[in-house]
Amino acid sequence: MAKFTLAAHAKVQSGKDFPAQGAQKTKKIKVYRWDPETNQNPRVDSYEIDLDQCGPMVLDALIKIKNEIDPTLTFRRSCREGVCGSCAMNIDGTNTLACTKYIQDVRGDIRVYPLPHMPVVKDLVPDLKGIYQQYQSIEPWLKNNQPAPNRERLQTPEERARLDGLWECILCFSCSTSCPSYWWNGDRYLGPAVLLQAYRWIADSRDTATADRLQQLEDPFKLYRCHTIMNCTKTCPKGLNPAKAIGEIKKLQMARQL
Amino acid sequence: MKRPISPHLQIYRWQLTSVMSILHRMTGVSLVFGTLLLSYWLLSAAFGASAFQTAHDLLTSWIGYLLLIGWSLAFYYHLANGIRHLFWDMGRGFELRHVYRSGWVVVFTTILLTVLTWVVVFLC
Repeated sequence: MAKFTLAAHAKVQSGKDFPAQGAQKTKKIKVYRWDPETNQNPRVDSYEIDLDQCGPMVLDALIKIKNEIDPTLTFRRSCREGVCGSCAMNIDGTNTLACTKYIQDVRGDIRVYPLPHMPVVKDLVPDLKGIYQQYQSIEPWLKNNQPAPNRERLQTPEERARLDGLWECILCFSCSTSCPSYWWNGDRYLGPAVLLQAYRWIADSRDTATADRLQQLEDPFKLYRCHTIMNCTKTCPKGLNPAKAIGEIKKLQMARQL
Repeated sequence: MKRPISPHLQIYRWQLTSVMSILHRMTGVSLVFGTLLLSYWLLSAAFGASAFQTAHDLLTSWIGYLLLIGWSLAFYYHLANGIRHLFWDMGRGFELRHVYRSGWVVVFTTILLTVLTWVVVFLC
């Protein structure tokens, strides 16, 4: 049975306030904090930042906080241009990349939390071990039982086009952690990100393991915990459509059994 | 060390997608109770005039009407959204703008059919 509330040790308490000094245009950023080295519950700290002295993105604000206000703030970031997927987090109630989310697009205070329903390593850093194992379980590499050719395996433009909307996924897991079904059954349901990746190989004309891949997914939990809630597609910061990819897998499963 | 689970339901923004999904499940469950109500009404007829009269009085009291209106609302929602799910099962209507359009169509269809039903009931 799904647990809809947070355990006692995970309940969020109010934290410290860091007001801005002598700033004209300010914005309050409320950030989820949890330190594994203290025995305390998570808390929300409020940082007021001077918008005239800050870049336009939420990631700019987080970096400013870490550099100038509170160096203990912990978060993942790398490319700062939406291609690495490191800074995925929950901003203003939905999952997205901090580096591509404009500060000015959020009305009022900006609430920043780690990706939802994940074990927290520290502050905004979620533990992705389980989800990476699920990714590994779909064997995300080319499988072809023909002898290797001397050059690339060719595709027609149409065959190549079938991979559009799939190859762009950066594995930030915004979608999987937006999915209530993944929240309640994340131990057995693969979730939208991993299923989109599974379909990326099923749809690849060069891959000859399609039947095996579909057989692996034919499971009441791995695939069929998707109830087409559509939070995944709504939240994808790359504008991809995991729900559609899952729908295509379900269609192929149906066709296989007819 | 016991890692906390990050907040989920507590912080995630409610939106058409998730609200319509949970409503589909809630209406599905409430339809079971509506069917029990209907069964009671039919069974009471088999138990004779006075039993039927009791059932009739109960169902035409204000609380009875409230239950029946709620049941019809749940029925039309589950029906309309069920058809929306059938389209998804055929691999259609997954684009986000189509999801929102079909979502609002379901909401308005539900309200329209419920109102129409009860206009007919009260006028005829």
